[in-house]
Amino acid sequence: MEPIKTPQCLEQHIEECTAVLQAKLKGTNGKRAVVVCGGTGCIANNSVDIEEELKKEIAAHGLEDKVTVNHVGCFGFCSQGPFVKIFPEDTLYRAVKVSDVKDIVEKDLIGGQICENLLYVDPTTKEKVQRQDDINFYKKQIRIALHGCSLINPDLLEEALGYDGFKALKKAITTMTPQEVIDEVLASGIRGRGGGGFPTGRKWQFAANVKADQKYVVCNGDEGDPGAFMDRSILEGNPFEVIEGMMIAGYAFGASEGYFYVRAEYPIAVSRLQRAIEDMEKVGLLGDNILGTDFSFRAHIRLGAGAFVCGEETALLNSIEGQRGMPRPRPPFPAIKGLWGKPTCVNNVETLSQIPFIIREGAGKFAAIGTEGSKGTKVFALGGKVNNVGLVEVPMGTTLRELIYDIGGGIPGNKKFKAIQTGGPSGGCLTEKDLDTPIDYDTLVARGSMMGSGGAIVMDEDNCAVDVAHFYMSFICDESCGKCSPCRIGTKRLYEMLTEVTEGKGTEKTLEDMKELATIIKNGSLCALGQTAANPILSTMNNFPEEYKAHVTEKKCPAHVCKNLMQYHIIKDKCVGCTLCSRNCPVSCIHVTDVVAKPMVPGKPTMPGKFAHEIDQSKCIKCGSCLAGCRFGAIIKE
Amino acid sequence: MAIKPEVVQGVKDICDSYANEPSPLMMILSAVQKKYGYIPLEVQEIISEKTGIPVAEIYGVVTFYSFFSLKPKGKYVLGICLGTACYVKNSQQVVDKFSSLLGIQPGETTKDGLFTIEAIRCIGACALAPAMSINGKVYPKVTPDQVGKIIEEYKNKEAEA
Repeated sequence: MEPIKTPQCLEQHIEECTAVLQAKLKGTNGKRAVVVCGGTGCIANNSVDIEEELKKEIAAHGLEDKVTVNHVGCFGFCSQGPFVKIFPEDTLYRAVKVSDVKDIVEKDLIGGQICENLLYVDPTTKEKVQRQDDINFYKKQIRIALHGCSLINPDLLEEALGYDGFKALKKAITTMTPQEVIDEVLASGIRGRGGGGFPTGRKWQFAANVKADQKYVVCNGDEGDPGAFMDRSILEGNPFEVIEGMMIAGYAFGASEGYFYVRAEYPIAVSRLQRAIEDMEKVGLLGDNILGTDFSFRAHIRLGAGAFVCGEETALLNSIEGQRGMPRPRPPFPAIKGLWGKPTCVNNVETLSQIPFIIREGAGKFAAIGTEGSKGTKVFALGGKVNNVGLVEVPMGTTLRELIYDIGGGIPGNKKFKAIQTGGPSGGCLTEKDLDTPIDYDTLVARGSMMGSGGAIVMDEDNCAVDVAHFYMSFICDESCGKCSPCRIGTKRLYEMLTEVTEGKGTEKTLEDMKELATIIKNGSLCALGQTAANPILSTMNNFPEEYKAHVTEKKCPAHVCKNLMQYHIIKDKCVGCTLCSRNCPVSCIHVTDVVAKPMVPGKPTMPGKFAHEIDQSKCIKCGSCLAGCRFGAIIKE
Repeated sequence: MAIKPEVVQGVKDICDSYANEPSPLMMILSAVQKKYGYIPLEVQEIISEKTGIPVAEIYGVVTFYSFFSLKPKGKYVLGICLGTACYVKNSQQVVDKFSSLLGIQPGETTKDGLFTIEAIRCIGACALAPAMSINGKVYPKVTPDQVGKIIEEYKNKEAEA
């Protein structure tokens, strides 16, 4: 592409690229377009091989002039991947394997018939669904942050330009003053998508009010909240949109340098972002005097190195500066004194990805979506015990019921819903009684949880509330940076107390002590990691007091998860004496008794020499191999 | 332990390549970790000489971040995801199975230097839970039953090589 030096030139490129992309999607270029999901989830299921195989098959049939193939970003519906989508028909094939490629080429691309076996099947109606938009998972979604994801080729600047790319940048730097940009963002009501929920416009205004020779925009892509992967998918699916958001931020408060801080665990996101930056530099969309204006901007990438606390903005800044990622006291806030002592705004990936929409379409359109205190849409990473695992972008104010049942398709195996954890290790769980609560920043906090970055992990009746709290505590223990003693030592002590509870050694006094210590950690920590460290414990204690009680008084784990509090038993009335369990047992603790076993085939006599088995509880390590192997339903855990 | 001259030069080259960056320490360490698999004290001393950053400070940074390692890791790093989505789908059992079959705890390396078990934090492949990653390749929906087969797969690969 030639350099883009003026607004008119950009306009022309946008027009041309839009026409090309539309022709591709509508088939008016005389070709059919095949796109393959290139998100991390689908790549793990061989989507790269699928793309290669498609190209090979198409070449073998001499169809190169009639069909194009490329990869796109995440479709979001990761549990059904890998996806292959065909334009202009809009046919979505799911769970595609390399061996299905021949069929897709011969039957669909050549024969013009749909490969019925690769279509999504609605679990309730059992009907096959051909088009993506007709799948329930997608029906309630509005894609603002995920704009262009699963549609454009994230490696091609041309496709980004063809799908609204850089219209907002052009509008901002050629027709608006920096203050007008900030006012627009303020008017949209957008709040930080990374967890804190601080109004983005106000953050920018603070930085704009400070006079300095150098200011920085930092994009927080250190998505450490386990179970959340929206930032990764946005960076993988449309990196240009995030860079555009960052540039608009830079223009608004006067920064000419931007840093992306991305987790090293996300290699695909990093390489696509790197490529996008380089391609933009080549055409002059990054660099000096962008579009012939006075606005200059450069973007850089810094990699994380596996420390959860670096998601905290001041710790992140220390990490960029090459230090241990420990939080700094605030004030001074980064907007006043941030990276290398200069005014800095740290914005989350998802926040920046929504900025172009606000500028392009107007604050009013964004503010029309959502609730009173929380405007726009939010991406949730729906995971755990739910049928449709994946990324969903829904208006703020959507209820948990809609999220879990309408979009998520309910709980697998008709199990009973127990709780949903939002906000990751800093959040809390919400239960049955909260299912009809509209989700926004304030309602979640009012109910003892928080929005966090948007992780939403569903748990069913087989998950133990105490065990989940124990899991989060081990995470926080590992990830506490060690600066503040209440967090460093307190979380360790909390973890030990919880371990006692899960092992049946806890008492009611342990529970009281835990509550007291939780408060101390909360009050005595510098950053949000420590201040929220005890949330998972407090929230599960509030919601499931009877479960904690069962652990300490009856020494039972009602969900049969905590190993020390449960036992496996063989029901002698059902055991046929097949010996499979005793052969599977790694510690040889299953023995025969003198009770004659039940017949293997009902109605027939017992085979001679077959006796019922029993488990020696003193030796059992509770691995569950016996239960997993038994084909006669003779083993139970209680 | 003496560092091979070519490694000394390699580390120096990495330092030089980031000479124009402000605060390059994290970038240097990431590059060294990636290229050599670990960052022992001797290498930290080379970095210190080149950058002027005290070894104590470099050591502080190396030990803070879980990606940096003071000891060499196994040829195959078995990273089992213990993120929440994987945990609620029993990834702990997968870790336990690897531990019992290989006779090492998470964070340890087998004596033959072939395998290191790591309990890793969310790799963002939550739809594939429980997931694991072996030298960057993601394995979806791993069950304890498959663990033996996965170990065999890599042992066979070694035997063939």
